[in-house]
Order: sequence, then C-alpha cells, then structure tokens
Amino acid sequence: MVNIYKFASPATFYPVAGKIARVSTWIAVLLLAVGLYMSFFVAPTDYKQGEGYRIIFIHVPAAWMSMFIYVVMAFWAGVGLVFNTRLSSMMAQALAPTGAIMTFIALWTGAFWGKPMWGAWWVWDARLTSELILFFLYIGFIALQGAIDDTRRADRAGAVLLLVGVVNIPIIYFSVKWWNTLHQGASVSIKNGSAMSTIMLQTMLIMTFAFWAYSIAVALYRVRSIILEREKDARWVSELPEIRR
Amino acid sequence: MKSVSEFFSMGGYALYVWGSFGVTALLMIIEPILVHQRRKAVLQRISRLIRIKSEQNS
Repeated sequence: MVNIYKFASPATFYPVAGKIARVSTWIAVLLLAVGLYMSFFVAPTDYKQGEGYRIIFIHVPAAWMSMFIYVVMAFWAGVGLVFNTRLSSMMAQALAPTGAIMTFIALWTGAFWGKPMWGAWWVWDARLTSELILFFLYIGFIALQGAIDDTRRADRAGAVLLLVGVVNIPIIYFSVKWWNTLHQGASVSIKNGSAMSTIMLQTMLIMTFAFWAYSIAVALYRVRSIILEREKDARWVSELPEIRR
Repeated sequence: MKSVSEFFSMGGYALYVWGSFGVTALLMIIEPILVHQRRKAVLQRISRLIRIKSEQNS
C-alpha cells in the first residue's frame, strides 16, 4: 500500500508540489491558448446577444472555480482542524488568494455582462449577492489569518470561518432556482444536459479546465513558499539546493 | 475572416468584452508575478538566516 501519510509531511510534499505545479502550468498555457482562440474565432456569434455573449467563456469558468476552490479550501481546513495536520492548513491558506481572484473575476465580468444585457452593472439579486458574500468570505479568511500571529490559532480560526461559510455555496448554486432572479438559470446541468450549442459548450469547458490548471499551478507554487516560511528552521529546508549559503 | 477593426469592435460590445477579458488577463498575469516574488523573498530570508547562524557558530 502506498503510504499516504508520507505526503502529509511538508518535506516530502514540497518537491512533489513543484513537479505538479510545473506540469499544471504547461497544461494551463496550452488550454488557455486553445480556449482563447476558440472563444474569439471558432465559437459563432450568438443570435440574441451578438458578440457580447463571449464574456461567458471567462465568466462561467471563473464562477465555477470560485465555488470549487472554496469547497476544496474548506475541506483542507476541516482536515487540518480534525487531524491537526499542518500541511492541510497550509493548502487552505495557499488557495485563498486564488479563490478570491476567481470570485472577483466572476463578479467583474458579470458586471460587464450585465450592463449591456440588463442595463445595470449591479443588481441586488440573490445570485449576485451570494457571490459577493463569497468574496467577503475569502477576504475575511485572509484577513483573519493575517491578524493572528500564532499560526496554529490562525489555522484553527480560519478553518472555523471557512466551515461556517460553506453554507453559502449551495445558496449560490441554487439561488437561481430558489428565488426569482434576474440572473439566468444554469445553462449546463447534470440532469438536463446542456442548453448551449456544442461548440460554445466545448469552448467553455476548455476554458474551465484552463482555469482549473491555472489555479492548481498558482496554489501549489504558493504553498511551496508557505511551507518554506513555516518550516524555515527545519534541517531539510537548509539543505535545499535553491537556498544559497 | 473579418477585418481587424471589426474584430476589435466586437459588434458594439468592445467595452464589455475587452473590459472583461482585459481585467481577467491582468489579474492572471499579476498573481503569478506576486507568487514568484514571495518565493524569492522567502528564499533570500532563509539564506540570510542560515548565514547568520553559521557566523555565530564559527
């Protein structure tokens, strides 16, 4: 049996994270190139929204990632809280800025899409408001971790905040069903399949995987720095080839 | 293929389409730069710590 506990050690995870991050970077670059090309040159003009609909190719992937990253973060924070594993708390910390950026992109592109289509940059609609709350949860987590000097306590406090905030995720997801919202319903669902044309859906999925690979790469590069910051006194750190003596 | 200016005008949605893609691109360029700078800073700090320690020991 492969010893999974081995990878829970920062010293073993550090080089593994570097390798995965490097591969993810190449996948992200490749998929972004293909996805952007398809977004502008392959996907046809929409019959209702003209060229304006092309915002969907970043809006939806960013919105999906904003929710997904939060769930992954809450999972790692929960694992850290229960099993007291240092690495899982570091993972949660590393994901936070990327999640906040994805949430910001979803809100920003949403505003730039809402203005021409609805006539307003912002409305206090259930979907938009709950996504804004998600953004504040990310910012709150980052601020809370930064405000507590003792890392253990900061990890625990952050984990509690994240776990309480998980409630918001199904609210965001189902908001378009539960309330009467201006935001349109899901175009892609597990039950009903897709209401979009195949080429548009393919482009959106490629962009989603690109954002996914990007997030993995950035978060893993960031966790490497966090590991070094927290383990700076460890012997294995002082023996790394990248440390100049 | 359409003309270049026609492409950039995005059928009248230029501000919205480029405003969305532009800011997204900017953020996805800035974030990796910040991550890289953080790594450089922590590596430097650890190198300095080790140098100070070895000087104290000698």
